[in-house]
Parts: sequence; structure tokens; C-alpha cells
Amino acid sequence: MKNALGVEIPEYIEGLGELKPFQGVWESIIGDEIPSTNIVRTLKAKKAHTSKLCGDLKEAVQKCNPFDGMTVTFHHHLRGGDGVLMQTIEILDEMGIKDITLASSSLTSAHDGLVPYVEKGMITRIFSSGIRGRLGEIISMGKLKHPAIIHSHGGRVRDILTGRIKPDLSVLAASAADEEGNATGAHGPSAFGSMGYADIDARYSKNVIIVTDNLVDYPCVPGSIRQHFVDHVVKVDSIGDATKIASGTTRITKSPMDLRIARIAATVIEHSGLFKDGMSFQVGAGGASLAVAKFLREDMKRKDIKGSFMIGGVTSYGVDMLEEGLFQAIFDVQSFDAAVSTSVLNNPQHIEITCDQYANPNNCGAMTNKLDVVVLGALEVDVDFNVNVITGSSGEIRGASGGHSDTASGANLSVIVCPSFRGRLPIVKDRVHTIVTPGESVDVIVTERGVCVNPSKPNLAAALKKAGVKVVDIKDLKKEVDAMTGIPAEKQLGDKVVALVEYRDGTIIDVIHNVENLS
Amino acid sequence: MTPKFKAQAGTFESSDIMVLIEPVSEEAGRQIDISSTVMLQFEDDIKNTINQVLDDLDIQNVHLIAKDKGALTPTIKARVEAAVKRSLGIQEGTM
Repeated sequence: MKNALGVEIPEYIEGLGELKPFQGVWESIIGDEIPSTNIVRTLKAKKAHTSKLCGDLKEAVQKCNPFDGMTVTFHHHLRGGDGVLMQTIEILDEMGIKDITLASSSLTSAHDGLVPYVEKGMITRIFSSGIRGRLGEIISMGKLKHPAIIHSHGGRVRDILTGRIKPDLSVLAASAADEEGNATGAHGPSAFGSMGYADIDARYSKNVIIVTDNLVDYPCVPGSIRQHFVDHVVKVDSIGDATKIASGTTRITKSPMDLRIARIAATVIEHSGLFKDGMSFQVGAGGASLAVAKFLREDMKRKDIKGSFMIGGVTSYGVDMLEEGLFQAIFDVQSFDAAVSTSVLNNPQHIEITCDQYANPNNCGAMTNKLDVVVLGALEVDVDFNVNVITGSSGEIRGASGGHSDTASGANLSVIVCPSFRGRLPIVKDRVHTIVTPGESVDVIVTERGVCVNPSKPNLAAALKKAGVKVVDIKDLKKEVDAMTGIPAEKQLGDKVVALVEYRDGTIIDVIHNVENLS
Repeated sequence: MTPKFKAQAGTFESSDIMVLIEPVSEEAGRQIDISSTVMLQFEDDIKNTINQVLDDLDIQNVHLIAKDKGALTPTIKARVEAAVKRSLGIQEGTM
């Protein structure tokens, strides 16, 4: 069957069940809800004054009675420094557990060690918002038994609430925790800020283990994760590489290209009609995307604009803007550098939120639905404004869906910033390799050679032209770029489906086919 | 014409190409070794561009090594021309 974007979607996949095709950004919301079943919370009990502390992670895992075919979940707040996910998988492997479904909120460079476990069939299913590195390559080559499912951040919450992902064991790292399992990422030697992605696992998993390198006296404050969801607590020597978990402050790019794109994007925002007191704003942490914040900050000061809130994906740059009074509050689901942890801990206007509150399409208060402006990156865009942030130029899985489609759908103005070509590869295509965010929810694409406005927003295009912004038809931009770079030969992809891209409402928006012989 | 000296032009920066020329004996023919970050997409294009510059400069016998980081065609042409002229000792202007 074909979905609304013309992609052929299998009706059923062995090991994953029936699939629903994507019908449109808001089509699945009927009335004020998305018709779907929801699961109930696991009932748990513990006798008074008994201890949750375990000697080591292995003991805690054993107490959870792991079994073949179980689902194990993690959060990715430790980013490239995570040492907990691999430790847990190694323990389960030693115990002989197999046919595991791995459902981490994302996977990073710290998880290349999963490759042998996938290859030997110990891990047979993966749900994640991102897959990178060698792991992405071997999945692209078809080494994972069942197709991987790429979900958005908000989609993952929905996946758990609807039982698509059924967590049997959740091992959640914290930079500080107490003996009952109250836990946070806001302080401690390995502080990483918000624990927003872990909340849904803690609430709905059958077995929750808190792992920390910093066991503090009861009670641990703030309780980002609360004790009444936690089964076991483990003190370990290390939860990972602190320097890769969070360090220093995020710097604005010095790349002239990124700065030029960011300058144009800030001008687009200024003339969008949304640049006024009370504006809400979200920006990614990458190159041109974060640089937009730099220019917006200058523009806000120049025009004396006071915004309402920022959400994210929070960097120290956002914290600076909060402290300058440019915004009233930050809603923080994920923090990107060490300086942010201090702000989460000390500034009451810097509010830690759960991923549920951030972006879940199945609730009545997702922050993304209250967002005015979001600035996002792209690996590729196409003439229909679809965006790819998951597969690279060889068709290999090497990115993350993250909150891209969540924020694009909710924001009044979604701005994509990207160069028109990268290292001779044109970024504007007739059709992107993989659609993560549908063009329906993308308003503007900003490149160094001009700004493309979605034809569904003629008033915006007119306003930008009037302000002197170089507005170009995306098809003309494509021709211009192709003439410079030449038309790239496209690699022939295989017939095997190696991953499914799930839209935030649970429907399938695209499929990823296998690539042969990645180096 | 036949290159007399080892010569190079370009850098390893993104969007540039490093071209190395090694002299070979007369009638050895052209040996062109290309590595590129966009090999998959532009291998033939890069090869044709290099051959075209060599044709224009009438270079039949040469060992040319190109390490490409996604250079556009005009960049490739300029780097090959500069490397060849250096190898012939006929480059004009300052070095």
C-alpha cells in the first residue's frame, strides 16, 4: 500500500506486525485524540523499610528476571559518553539472554560496541530516534534481524503509551541518586542536565534500575525521576566518560557559510510576522542552526523584543539569553553542555520537562504545539519541502529523527537551514533519500543562495520579498545548484527493508532499503 | 609535452582537490589515480575533467594522483592545470 507521500509501505512485517501508512501531518487526530489503545502502569509493591540498593549492576539485572525476547530501554542523556547501555547489554549477553528488543531514546557514537551483538542475533529489534556510526552501517547492510524503527522523540512516548514499545527492563543512568531511586542529571561529577527522555521509561517499565556514580544522602533533590517508579538502585564507579557526557559551553560556529545562512534565517524570522513580544523559539545545537540564535539575540536586543519561552535541546547560549531577560523561561528536555546543568539546578525559570510534555502527539499539552518558531537542520531537502535527517549520501543510516518532525509540525514557522551543496553533493533533490519530516510541515528552507518558501505560505513569501529577502523557487534553486555541482550518480539500493521511519503519530512515513558494501 | 618534475597543487580542505604529478618515461602513457569523498557520485566526472585538462595541455605521459574532497569542476581544472604547469617548469608568476 502507498502512503500519502507515494511511498510503498509493507502492510505487515514479520516480527513487527501490521503497519499503518502515513496519511498527513494531522490526519490521525480525530476530534481531539488519536484513536489507539493505551497501556496501564505496572503495579508494584515493596515492604516497608526494605532496601533497593544492589551490590552491582549484574545483581540488579538478575533481580529483574531477564528473559529471551525482552525489551530493554535506556535514555541517551549521556550522549557520546554513555557507559551504561553497553554494560547492561554485556551483562545480559553473559547471562545468555537473546532475541532482545533494544529501545533507547537514541543511539550515539558510544554504541558502536553493539555491532557484534546485532550480528550474532542477540539483539534482533531496535527502536531509536537516531542510529549512527558503524551500527548505522551494518543495519543499512541488513544485519539486524527485523527492520529498525526510527521514531521521533514525541513518537517514542506515544510508542510506549500505546504498547508499541513494552519496556521490560529500563536501566536509567543518573548523575545523582539516593537509596530509594530519586534521581537527577542536574548535579554530580557526571552532571548532564535534564533527564526528560527517561521519565516515560521510569513510569511504564516493568523493572526500573537507577544507575549512578554519585549516591547522595536521602533525599536526592531535584527528583527528576521519583522513587515510586524505581525498583533497584546501583552505585557504580563510572556511568561513562564525563568529558563526552557534557563539558564546557557550546560555541557558535565560525564557518562563514553557516554564519551567512544563519544571518538570512534570522532576517526571515524577523519579517515573518512572529517576531514580537511573547515569541517562543527553538533552535538546534548544530552549526548554522545554533548560529541563528546569535543573530536573533542581536535582533531582539536591537528591537527590544521580549520572548516568552525557549524549548530544546538547550545549550549554554540559550541559558545566556534567558539570563539576559530575552526570554521568560526555558523548557528543557535535553541539555547539551555542562553550563546548562547548573542553570537547570539553580534557575527556577529553567524548567526540566519530560519528553511527554515536550512532544508527545497523544497529549493535550505538548510544548511543540505552542511553539512559534523552530530552526532545524537537514541532510537533504527536496522540491516538495520534505526533509531527510536520517540517511546519508550513500543511503546509509547516519543521523537522527530526534524532535525534527515533532517541532516542525507544531511550530507556526518551521525554518530549515542548510547549505545548497556540501562537498559537491547537492542538498536540494527531486526526492530525498528518506523522508523524516513531511514538506507539509516545513515552511521555509534557507540556503546561502536564497530562501525557498513553501507554496502553501504565499503571504509569507510576499512579506519576505517586501523585506528584501532573496526568495527563490525551490526548483530554480535546484537547477542552479545542479549546474554547479553536476548531477550525482545515484547508488542503486537493494530490495530489502532495513528500517522503517515512523512518523510521530505512529504511521509509517518512509522505508529505508539496504545498501550493499559500505566500506 | 612531458612533465619533468614532481609537482603538486591544491589542499586537503573540503571542496578542494590535491593533485600530485610524477614524471614517467616517454610512452608510459597516462596513469591517473583518484580517491574522492564523492567517488560514488562523481567518479566518471572527475576522471573526464582531469583527462580533458591533460588533453588541452597535450600531456600524454604522466602519473597523476588526485585526492578529492568534493571540489567543483572549475577547481579541479585549475588544480590540475597548476600542477601540470609546475611539473613542466612553465608556471608564470610567483610561487
